[in-house]
Amino acid sequence: MTALLSVSDVAIRFAGPARPAVDGVSLDLRAGEMFGLVGESGSGKSTLANAVLGLLPASATVTGSIRLEGRELLGLPEEELRAIRGDAAAMIFQDASASLDPTWPVGDQIAETIRAHRPVSRREAERRALELMAEVGIPDPARRFRDAPHRFSGGMRQRIVIAAALANDPRLLIADEPTTALDVTIQAQVLQLIDRLRREHGTTVLLITHDLGVVAQACDRVGVMRGGRLLEVVATADLFAKPSHPYTRALLAANPATAPRGSRLPVIPPEWSVEALDG
Amino acid sequence: MSGPLAFVLRRVLVTLPVLLAMSVLVFLIIHLVPGDPVRTMLGFRATDATVAEMRHQLGLDRPLLDQYVSWLSGVLRGDLGTDLVSHASLSELLAQRLPVTFELAGLSMLLAVLVGVPLGVRAATGGRWTRRLTEGFVVLGVSVPDFWLGIMLVILFAGLLAWLPPSGHVAFSDDPVGNLRYMALPVLTLATGEAAYILRTTRSAVESVLGRPFVTFLRAKGLSPRRIVQGHALRNAGPAIVTVIGIQVGVLLGGAIVIEQLFGLPGVGKLIVTGITQRNYPVVQAGVLAIATAFILVSLLTDLIVGWLDPRVADAAS
Repeated sequence: MTALLSVSDVAIRFAGPARPAVDGVSLDLRAGEMFGLVGESGSGKSTLANAVLGLLPASATVTGSIRLEGRELLGLPEEELRAIRGDAAAMIFQDASASLDPTWPVGDQIAETIRAHRPVSRREAERRALELMAEVGIPDPARRFRDAPHRFSGGMRQRIVIAAALANDPRLLIADEPTTALDVTIQAQVLQLIDRLRREHGTTVLLITHDLGVVAQACDRVGVMRGGRLLEVVATADLFAKPSHPYTRALLAANPATAPRGSRLPVIPPEWSVEALDG
Repeated sequence: MSGPLAFVLRRVLVTLPVLLAMSVLVFLIIHLVPGDPVRTMLGFRATDATVAEMRHQLGLDRPLLDQYVSWLSGVLRGDLGTDLVSHASLSELLAQRLPVTFELAGLSMLLAVLVGVPLGVRAATGGRWTRRLTEGFVVLGVSVPDFWLGIMLVILFAGLLAWLPPSGHVAFSDDPVGNLRYMALPVLTLATGEAAYILRTTRSAVESVLGRPFVTFLRAKGLSPRRIVQGHALRNAGPAIVTVIGIQVGVLLGGAIVIEQLFGLPGVGKLIVTGITQRNYPVVQAGVLAIATAFILVSLLTDLIVGWLDPRVADAAS
């Protein structure tokens, strides 16, 4: 299978700290798969995801190579990156309430993505935005089109964010903790929505999460990150059945959902502390 | 009831008691003068008979509530009373003076907004030199007193260059070009300080919006920086900017007194000052009433615009 997104030997440094935030990560995403990138906060998974679309602050230096459908993204001028963002590759973020402009009607925020990349009329973009609202499961989209984001629940807002991100049918969707801010039942619905859209549109999804339950539910393969490094990449079934890396085993053992009830959760062993990784 | 119409209605209804309370305060001006207002007006050599006659003429011998009701019903019918010195109708006097003050405040604010908002956006998004230059303008504009700036402008443009008249006024309807020539220096004087205020507000409001997470999502959608600033950041910064503009319009309406004096503009500010020096209380009352009413109406308009810019405000109010 061909790689849709190919990350090779990527290192990301910020102006201040000496230790790189991401350190020599290589990883291929197959077309159409849902790939989970797990790790604790600070493991570099979000930094890596932001680097793909060139959304890191100017203080970050990225080295290595990031290719989307064979095209090198690192070093592309901002204008060409902008043409890719929201078109060939889209990204959604953790807090959907904070991802939408509070002063704009939600429908216009979806239509805006279309108009940024396609030479369509306002009406055509609005018509398409309405379809998208229906597709992501907003009830009565025609009536809700002009409503501001604060009139929607958190789960509905995340659906609108997803519609805005997928408006141009991107090849790649990067979802950075898309369900973390939501209730558990809503989390499952949003995950199912992303999964359904991926299947229907053949979108490749890079799902970033610290929640192993989310990975088990939705992902084909998983990469485990720790201290800026990618420790292993395995099929999801294998991750739970036969984790090979000692850190992955420690991580799974520390999951309250799978640990025996009433037992004390084990601590991640000190040899997998960030300090030990440095040495 | 909800929706935009309900928001407008609610705001208008809330404004009515404010107007009423203001009218009570303005009415009481004449009674709050220390000592006997009539004796203060007439001077200490006035005989008791003259004082009693004046008191009767002003209606001050009637019960307070009675006086208020007849004054307010007069005001509502457009009768503001008479000038004690010239015996002219105060309504007619205000009809001559208000346009001058409104033109001065309106043109100054228009110029200040046209300069302050774009420069504020530039300052929020531009490089180091843009920041330094705009910061310099803000510090100067806010700290230089307007009467001093006015005098300097007169010396430069009316004295040394002789491009513009130093003071005076003609009505816009009589001579539009002449009117604007007389207005140019006072407007420039007032607009400088206001532009600095608006620039500073716009800069900090746009800066804080650009740091919010939804801006990252806008970038991820592939929008250009220009579109993000003009379409989203400015609209989100709008309520803060409009609120400051509304307050400053009020300040200009009431606070342009010194500038009206300096440039010899026959506005309401000058009317009030003359009224005070002549102890002509009905004139002061009418002038303050007009300015305060305009200020309250501008505040109402500000609230309505903020509600229109930010739908959360309108929803929270209903």
